[in-house]
Amino acid sequence: MTRLLQALFGRMPIGWLQLTHKPGRFAAALAGVAFANVLVFVQLGLMNAMATSTLKPYGFFDADIMISASDADAFGVGGKVARQWMLQALADPDVTEAMGLFVGMLRWEREGTSIALTTFGIDPVRPSFVSSGLTDHQDLLQVQGAVVMDRLARGLPRDEAAAIRPQTPLRFEVQGRTLSAKATFAGGGGFGGDGFMLTSDQTFFALFPTRSSAAPDHILLRLRPGADPEATATRLRALISDKSLRIRPYASAAQEELRYQQTQRPTGVIFGFGVVIGVLVGLVIVYQILSADVADHLREYATFKAMGYGPRFFLGIVLEQALVLGIFGFVPGVLVGTGILTVMGAVTTLPLTMTLGMAITVFIGTVVFAILSGALATRRLAAADPADLF
Amino acid sequence: MQDSSVIEVCGLNHWFGTGDARKQAMFDINLSLPRGSFTVLMGPSGSGKTTLLTLVGCLRSVQDGSIRLLGQELHGASAETLTRLRKRLGFIFQAHNLHESLTALQNVIMGIEVKGGVSEEVAHQAAEHALGLLGLGDRVDYLPASLSGGQKQRVAISRALVGNPSLILADEPTAALDKDSAADVVDLLKRMGAAQGTTTLLVTHDNRILDRADRILTLEDGRVIASS
Repeated sequence: MTRLLQALFGRMPIGWLQLTHKPGRFAAALAGVAFANVLVFVQLGLMNAMATSTLKPYGFFDADIMISASDADAFGVGGKVARQWMLQALADPDVTEAMGLFVGMLRWEREGTSIALTTFGIDPVRPSFVSSGLTDHQDLLQVQGAVVMDRLARGLPRDEAAAIRPQTPLRFEVQGRTLSAKATFAGGGGFGGDGFMLTSDQTFFALFPTRSSAAPDHILLRLRPGADPEATATRLRALISDKSLRIRPYASAAQEELRYQQTQRPTGVIFGFGVVIGVLVGLVIVYQILSADVADHLREYATFKAMGYGPRFFLGIVLEQALVLGIFGFVPGVLVGTGILTVMGAVTTLPLTMTLGMAITVFIGTVVFAILSGALATRRLAAADPADLF
Repeated sequence: MQDSSVIEVCGLNHWFGTGDARKQAMFDINLSLPRGSFTVLMGPSGSGKTTLLTLVGCLRSVQDGSIRLLGQELHGASAETLTRLRKRLGFIFQAHNLHESLTALQNVIMGIEVKGGVSEEVAHQAAEHALGLLGLGDRVDYLPASLSGGQKQRVAISRALVGNPSLILADEPTAALDKDSAADVVDLLKRMGAAQGTTTLLVTHDNRILDRADRILTLEDGRVIASS
């Protein structure tokens, strides 16, 4: 390693030799950097999981434009949209089809565990509004009480979910009504619920007696092929007389909710702060280590100054140390981080995974912030005065 | 003049402190050291020997008067000039001031690398040679912690000499050495003076060294009181 660094820097790797001269302190320093890395990884993992689970329900449907109430910041919250606007939207030449989407939360009390299912009520005869993986099952929903169940729902045994077939449906009782799961799709638990369920609008009204077909949660629109969703949305905003409605291309609706979850909701903000705190912890740890190391070697540095070494040489030593700490601390950091995310993911069934993007981001961040702390630590170098050596 | 004199000090005054606490430490010093000479600086503690060494060694800024070192005026010289000049000096301190994380050899290599443009292999060989000259050929890969006080001091001397300095500034360099090693070091310095024209300015109270000096300067209260 010493030889490699010697070749790399074209000089004696003093920073490296100084750090490794005290293996105990070096190990503690690396543990500190690794700890900061793990902190950031866990928070980033949670942020990613939140993004994945926020966007997941949007993936079940296929639409070009979504009309929602002004306070509908997320898929399942906020006011309803009057069905009459759907008819008005159909007046636009580019709008070919429209469907009301109903969203509600159901609790399936199952053998002592309560499974919170985000339930979608759809029109079973409009197959163009569900994404391709779900179209096959849509016909099944025409039977009253039939549902398509999330086979990855938290609390639902996997073997039980795997046995669900149209011929061998899973019957269960919710809100005093018997439902029959005839098929499954891949959803998964998120931050807001344990899983998803798809049913017809008629079954939905039976489950939620207070809901009426006149007021869906969202209105989904399909456009004629080649039509521009953004331009159509702008036209619809002018056309529809209720100006409080949010009329957006479907893709931007998803991104808007993601932004809302990340910046307005406490969980998103907390994860964001977690990343900042992890970075600060790492910054402080590396700064402490490097400035203590500079303070410990003031006499040696003063000697080097007397010998004719200039400021750039000392800056080089500290930056070399910052680089060594950043790189060598990252390795255990990414390993432990991956382990913790995997365990957390298994326990919570949240989509927590280490991604290459995360690893690269954190690695670059680690090196950049280590160098930043190193630059801060070099301020103490001024205290090395060779005139004090005699 | 530059050819014969390595150091030319003219009307040098120096003060420490500011305001009321300002105290003059050097009074009208004039001296000149010819190339290759071996000069001993004597005087009681507090007489200004160290201050003179640090001024001549570019470790302190000249306040008043003139010091010409290797043909370069130090009064008003920039920090870069002083740093560049220091590369041509060899410092031997009373304490060895070795870097504890570096082996004897690596410590000595630091004395060559500062010059820049030297390949690792050449630096390695020169350092080994310098350590050999001071009888440490079998200790090159030892860390300072496993060397005796005398050995550490000899490593420090190797580090000062390895870059073939024009001027060696030494402060009690032989204090940690036994009689034989001390004599060897003085021999080596004098040999370098004769062979390469290396000039030595050395602070000591060691009588064995005084006998062999070309010149002895005695300082007292910041003034040169005797020169022989």
